[in-house]
Amino acid sequence: MSDGISRADVAHLANLARIDLSDAELDRLTPELTVILESVAQVAAIASADVPPTSHAVPLSNVFREDVVTPGLTPEQALAGAPAVEQQRFAVPRILGEDA
Amino acid sequence: MTATRTELVPFDAALETYDPAMGLEVHVELNTASKMFCGCSTVFGAEPNTQVCPTCLGLPGALPVVNGKAVESAIRIGLALNCSIAPWSRFARKNYFYPDMPKNFQTSQYDEPIAYDGWTEVTVETDEGPRVFRIDIERAHMEEDTGKSLHVGGSTGRIHGADHSLVDYNRAGIPLIEVVTKPILGAGKYAPLVARAYVASLRELVKALDVSDARMEQGSMRCDVNLSLAPSGSDVLGTRSETKNVNSLRSVERAVRYEVERHAGILDAGQKVVQETRHWHEDTGVTTSGREKSDAEDYRYFPEPDLVPVAPSDAWVEELRATLPEPPAERRARLQAEWGYSDLEMRDVVGAGAIDLIEATISAGATPTAARKWWLGDLARRANDTATPIDELGVTPTQVAEVQALVDAKRINDKLARQVFDGLVAGEGTPEEIVAARGLEVVSDDGALAAAVDRAIEANPDVADKIRDGKVAAAGALIGAVMKDMRGQADAGRVRELIIEKLS
Amino acid sequence: MSTIRLSAAEIAEKLAAGEVSSAEVTQDHLDRIAAVDGDVNAFLALDGEGALETARDVDARRAAGETLHPLAGVPIAVKDVVATEGIVTTAGSRILEGWVPPYDAFLTRRLRAAGLPILGKTNMDEFAMGSSTEHSAYGPTHNPWDLDRIPGGSGGGSAAAVGAYEAPLAIGTDTGGSIRQPAAVTGTVGVKPTYGGVSRYGLIALASSLDQAGPVTRSVLDAALLHELIGGHDPLDSTSIDAPVPPVVEAARRADVSGLRIGIVRELGGEGYQAGVRARFDEAVTLLTKAGAEIVEVSCPSFEYALSTYYLILPAEASSNLAKFDAMRYGLRVGPHGVADPSAEQVMAATREAGFGDEVKRRIIIGTYALSSGYYDAYYGSAQKVRTLIAQDFARAFEQVDVLISPTSPTTAFRLGSKLDDPMSMYLQDVATIPANLAGIPGLSLPVGVAEEDGLPVGLQVLAPAMADDRLYNVGAALERLLLEQWGAPLLSKAPELATKEATK
Ligand SMILES: [Mg+2]
Ligand SMILES: [Zn+2]
Repeated sequence: MSDGISRADVAHLANLARIDLSDAELDRLTPELTVILESVAQVAAIASADVPPTSHAVPLSNVFREDVVTPGLTPEQALAGAPAVEQQRFAVPRILGEDA
Repeated sequence: MTATRTELVPFDAALETYDPAMGLEVHVELNTASKMFCGCSTVFGAEPNTQVCPTCLGLPGALPVVNGKAVESAIRIGLALNCSIAPWSRFARKNYFYPDMPKNFQTSQYDEPIAYDGWTEVTVETDEGPRVFRIDIERAHMEEDTGKSLHVGGSTGRIHGADHSLVDYNRAGIPLIEVVTKPILGAGKYAPLVARAYVASLRELVKALDVSDARMEQGSMRCDVNLSLAPSGSDVLGTRSETKNVNSLRSVERAVRYEVERHAGILDAGQKVVQETRHWHEDTGVTTSGREKSDAEDYRYFPEPDLVPVAPSDAWVEELRATLPEPPAERRARLQAEWGYSDLEMRDVVGAGAIDLIEATISAGATPTAARKWWLGDLARRANDTATPIDELGVTPTQVAEVQALVDAKRINDKLARQVFDGLVAGEGTPEEIVAARGLEVVSDDGALAAAVDRAIEANPDVADKIRDGKVAAAGALIGAVMKDMRGQADAGRVRELIIEKLS
Repeated sequence: MSTIRLSAAEIAEKLAAGEVSSAEVTQDHLDRIAAVDGDVNAFLALDGEGALETARDVDARRAAGETLHPLAGVPIAVKDVVATEGIVTTAGSRILEGWVPPYDAFLTRRLRAAGLPILGKTNMDEFAMGSSTEHSAYGPTHNPWDLDRIPGGSGGGSAAAVGAYEAPLAIGTDTGGSIRQPAAVTGTVGVKPTYGGVSRYGLIALASSLDQAGPVTRSVLDAALLHELIGGHDPLDSTSIDAPVPPVVEAARRADVSGLRIGIVRELGGEGYQAGVRARFDEAVTLLTKAGAEIVEVSCPSFEYALSTYYLILPAEASSNLAKFDAMRYGLRVGPHGVADPSAEQVMAATREAGFGDEVKRRIIIGTYALSSGYYDAYYGSAQKVRTLIAQDFARAFEQVDVLISPTSPTTAFRLGSKLDDPMSMYLQDVATIPANLAGIPGLSLPVGVAEEDGLPVGLQVLAPAMADDRLYNVGAALERLLLEQWGAPLLSKAPELATKEATK
């Protein structure tokens, strides 16, 4: 399964993960990631179809909250850490439109 | 970025060559008091960022807890759509970056939705009369809404060309139910109507369940339309387009129609339809290309580790099933039969959104005919003239029944009743009080009426002669004169009797 | 006389008896921090004023005769991954530099309600990714036993603070060993409770299905006292267990292993474990046998895959948990170089490039890969299955024995910088601690001596079934007492004295 990971793969993943990796980082990360992936790939070999997956160590279900309004943050608290604020809103750079 | 521009093919012509297949995805905002995963209020229209907390702002460390009422609503919607309810389902994270999404993943459901495999039916008027179409439901799942962005700068207020954006997270985390149909085939030229009827029936359904306000104009119900064309008779589906945010019933119909025409144009030109997201423009009635679906859209779904499975017991599901209201279509049929309305009359009632009002008016004592007369006549006109929802006019069903009772008792007539409604809308009190305060009661004193009749005969000798000659139909002119003299406050039937008595 | 070398239980007793005030104890620790932390770098942020204010308040309430929590007035250090309202919280990352949370984590609320003065926030590997605290964006923490060595990680700051007598108590978090391995290499005690035993609300998430907060202390009893305080159900954490905290304090006081069946996991030991680590472990086993425990060897064959499983699940969950750091709502915002009027997308990517360190980027990329379409089943899906196998191994083992033991870490503290270029060898540090996180069971590490070859502390790990955390404390306290009888003084008293600077008040 692990046929290595190419520099282009790493660049694609970095783009998916929104990290602007430099060329030097791509060069360094690609072989490091290859080693890590090769060593972790063995899990596929022993995970046979009849083994159920475990997502939580302690099996719980149906944990619900009552539909009751509880106090949250004031707008001042909510916006206190924001890099930029305008009109009591979080100011963000222009968003690349989906409708170009 | 998409295929070369091609001509649209007129709808009827397109349908001669192609069969449309539709898929509808409707997002319904639930009317819970608090959000899907936190205790923040969901009230619409609050000041920006006043209904937020660490969880719905995606602050580091905050965690979600599922709103039990939202699960209940999801199950009830599923049951009302004849779905199976999953005995075990999970939330999943849908990972993608967008500034209005605080965690940069949407907590949604993926391969384990709470409700699946259902169906519903809609009735559409065809050339051959009303026809029932069955819509198969793929799934109904729970998820959360995003925040809202205001785009600043640029000329249009739209995202494109904006200088920067301002985000309000009040809406972030409001519970949504997404209802997805299976491909709807075989609707042919009725596809636009079927799509519209389906969305309308879904809206009616969630309102009857009292799980959503379903106000399309406020965005609490939003529709995505998937459409593809295949050559007539072919059993393979064509490439589909996905038109986002079609947010009125009329637009649903128009968007389907437009996409049929556009796809046919592309296919007729020998080109390939591009699988892409498109945007609906309400103002111009066209769709434009958004982004192409590509591998950039890899949502990396995985089970949400901060939440535990939802595993409704059979007992709970049955308890919820027992709370389901009568299905809207069945209820309409039952009421139509009870009230004796024609198909046309019933359709008008439904179209005016007056079915609940009429039902309440009848149970307050009015006859079905009287109730329909007022709600679809004078009151519908007022709603229309003032652009007010008919149930927000300020006139209650009980009041309408009271007004009709006054008419039946001959204390007022229909014309005076309209003045009573004026008083009700103006908040002048009960119908009885308004009649008294405005002095609207018809004059039943024969002495006063007789005097008015005498004056009318005197003023219109030629008309009086005609009546004496047996032309009773001419009495109308005299009745009009008397009513005018009495400022409308007379019982026209009694006036007529007096005129005939005097002239025979 | 300074109170810094007292245990938390001893301080609590003296506070209750009126022999010292919380203000004095708190000031002693602040002085100690001022004297040694320049070298140790255990703290990222201090809140001396806030701590003293809490201390004075507790003193006043005690004077007024109010009934207080047993630990009221005992100062504590909190790992920087825990949200503390009003105190900067960075998780050791540049991307959160200067971020002041507007809310408290569940356990912070518990600490405040019980009246524990919070001295400050402790250093850690960025977002808890690491086993050496070298991946902190704010410089490494140094091991008080040897300032050239690592204090373990990711919670090296909490372990070093406690080991250097800068705090009697600290909070850690453990996703794959981040409480236990630092405890082992600094000669302190650390406990990872059962998953769901301590609320995760307000812990900056690394891997949601593995993260667990717990105590870092210098004695088993102290750990139990702190565990009891921060444990228990929290309706704001859906994975929190709705059951009473196991009787951990009672167990720590009982400290009796006679008749207990103790299992040694064949797969956690032997090759790859430093000679001095094995020697101290074997001696501890002998002590336990003498004290009446029955030693049984058990096999957990799937543990061989635990590390691989962990390095798929953790990065996958982390890649999603860390997506929220995007420069839009809080934290760092930088634009890309040489781009006029950048888009939000470009600002996100540039900020994450500048704000995340190498290890964080490595794991985000691995996690993104493990979740991407076409690879999910082979990677994340398979890892979830192996998790089941590991849990089944534990279940079988616990049918035969009451607790399991192993060395906590295969080596003693290594030299700063020696493994930075070799992620895989760094990952091996947690080979013995990771299985517990994958299965959600509790684990404790306590010091069992120093390795002959380097004179550095060695830790022994005790593991118990889920919700049987009390067994850890019973066995840990029993072994601690036996060792103390041998040594005559706590192991930490053998650590070299740190150079102190005169406190500038
Ligand atoms: Mg959706
Ligand atoms: Zn909220």
